[in-house]
Amino acid sequence: MPAPAPPTSRRSVTGTRRTVAALFLLPALVLLGALVVYPIGYSVVRSFYDQSGDGFAGFDNYRALFTDDGIRTALRNNVVWVVFAPTVATALGLVFAVLTERVRWGTAFKLVVFMPMAISMLAAGIIFRLVYDQDPDKGVANAVWVGVHDTFAQSSAFPKAHPGRESPLEPAGGGAFVTRATVGVGDTVALPLVGVAPDVMPDDARPAAAARPQGDRITGTAWQDFTRGKGVGALNAVDASELGYAGMTIEAVKDGEVVETATAAPDGTFSLSAAADGAHLRLPASNFREPYNGLDWLGPSLVTPAIIGSYIWMWAGFAMVLIAAGLAGMPRELLEAARVDGANEWQVFRRVTVPLLAPVLAVVTVTLMINVLKVFDLVFIIAPGSTQDDANVLALELYRKGFSEDQPGVASAIAVFLLLLVIPVMWFNIRRLRREVRR
Amino acid sequence: MSADTGRVGTAGGSAPAAVTAQQSLGARLGGWVSGGAVRVFLIVVGLFWLVPTVGLLLASLRSPRDMAADGWWQVFTEPSQLTFGAYETLLENEDITGSLLNTAYITVPATVLVVVIGSLAGYAFAWMEFPGRDWWFLAVVGLLVVPVQVALIPIAELFGALGIFGSVTGVVLFHVGFGLPFAVFLLRNFFAEIPRELLEAARLDGAGELRLFVRVVMPLAGPAIAALGIFQFLWVWNDMLVALIFTDSGSQPITVALQTQVRQFGNNVDVLAPGAFISMVVPLVVFFAFQRQFVSGVMAGAVK
Repeated sequence: MPAPAPPTSRRSVTGTRRTVAALFLLPALVLLGALVVYPIGYSVVRSFYDQSGDGFAGFDNYRALFTDDGIRTALRNNVVWVVFAPTVATALGLVFAVLTERVRWGTAFKLVVFMPMAISMLAAGIIFRLVYDQDPDKGVANAVWVGVHDTFAQSSAFPKAHPGRESPLEPAGGGAFVTRATVGVGDTVALPLVGVAPDVMPDDARPAAAARPQGDRITGTAWQDFTRGKGVGALNAVDASELGYAGMTIEAVKDGEVVETATAAPDGTFSLSAAADGAHLRLPASNFREPYNGLDWLGPSLVTPAIIGSYIWMWAGFAMVLIAAGLAGMPRELLEAARVDGANEWQVFRRVTVPLLAPVLAVVTVTLMINVLKVFDLVFIIAPGSTQDDANVLALELYRKGFSEDQPGVASAIAVFLLLLVIPVMWFNIRRLRREVRR
Repeated sequence: MSADTGRVGTAGGSAPAAVTAQQSLGARLGGWVSGGAVRVFLIVVGLFWLVPTVGLLLASLRSPRDMAADGWWQVFTEPSQLTFGAYETLLENEDITGSLLNTAYITVPATVLVVVIGSLAGYAFAWMEFPGRDWWFLAVVGLLVVPVQVALIPIAELFGALGIFGSVTGVVLFHVGFGLPFAVFLLRNFFAEIPRELLEAARLDGAGELRLFVRVVMPLAGPAIAALGIFQFLWVWNDMLVALIFTDSGSQPITVALQTQVRQFGNNVDVLAPGAFISMVVPLVVFFAFQRQFVSGVMAGAVK
């Protein structure tokens, strides 16, 4: 490389003595040398020695990068991080930056989205541990998710109900129960079950009532055949303190086909027409499904996407602010010209705004990629002990190998690997600046 | 952010202005509907961004018993649950108050030193003459993207040998080392923009190099120093990884003190929620008070 041209415009105004220049520079250069440059050299050398640091190990530590299970998981997760986190954050930042220009309270919106940039990853981690709590009564993510889910799929009220002793019901496979005998017109059928905890009984359940026989219909009662404190009460008969299975679905089945369906009243009684004469009565499995408990956000399969979500919450604001600054410097005439030519808003966005912003989008994405390579705190805090192995990333694995598993050789190899990944950006920065410095 | 407020206003106004009389009523109605859709979308997204933080705040204002029973949103139906109990307990906990002080002991010197040392070097790179000046500067710029992870093991050994492993001094030094490339980069570029005539005038008045730096250059550098200072302050205040390795139980900052409680998350929400919130107060105050400087620091640091 050619030596930089001698500076002309910024020649010293005092004709500095070199000793003065050295004094101004010394503190910075000493600290940078000792704390940044020396460690790079040390790590490179250390990565070629074994864990005790005594024997030369060649490339063994680097081989471990691709053979050690922990590191391989970390590597794979890092790829997922680098591909998804920066692109999603940048895309959201772009959408937010463009849309906030159209509302009067855009600045307030930007403030809200940018705010997480100011807080620590530890605090963000604690915030999202709360959000992702598995229990839908505590974690807001599952509370919302279960709420949406239950709007579309009714959950059952009797998850653990089952026939008691000497029951007229028997399991029919798949979680359903069916009467042993067929029923006929004029019968009153008892469908006693046990096993529903009192506090999960439906709110509208009333004391069970014995069904009255009707000449041209089949009637019956489905109820909780269990009297608290006194055992089962009278077996297979309705007692005063027992509750009806309000809302229980009862199907009449003939030759494997459902001929009629009834729903139990609050007192557990139901009634079927003569069409059900000679049928078996079945309580379908839908009555007994476990209540939907939401997603296991921090379980093995979702933990990495969940943590990436929290990262995007923190950094989309960064992308938005940089892109908004780029947008503010964009020539408005171009947008107006496109609109006058009849382009709709989407075409303007796609054909004018995005191409003009391409350099900003590239800088934002690359910055976030470098940042994502080093992600540590969020994974360390959000992933519970049970799934931390599944959520592992390189920076976390380096910390573990270096400081809890006593493998500084492998940890140094990970460090050098991370450094190698950012070298293209380092080179790019230097090149861009060299042009400016020469001005 | 506030710098572009004016533009946001004009841009918002220009879209409806483009709707001229030639456009049909249908197109205008379509515009209104899509405008409404944008508003609804942004409100939903805004809530999405606010809810996690609000949840932490409300969680920190409930008793441990209430937290064990159900979610923070119960306070909307039972506002009587709100209590400062968790904060009172926390502020009587000397581990926590001590670590908050440690955070300050680490952050303030690490910020001041970076500004002072970075300014000296930035000035030398901008206005002094010595061989290889620009090469030295480019080398410093190259260090901008070096990940801190590279230095953890070597510096741990170095500090161990120097006897400052586990001390506040060590953490401060580490943060200064890794804060300097950005400081030098930002300040040198700012100083280089100072008009030459200004410096020459001062020189003619008989100012020496040090006087020039202290009396002329530094007072002009206010905005750059503010941006750098706030950026570095938040960076160090929010750090957990470096402190996790280089401090011990006596010198640990609040982030490290809190992370030790995370392993039993369910049982420690009454410590973690108010603790996290207290640790956020200073950064949030700094953020809201110095938005503009923070944003320009972030923008200049887009490479870090």
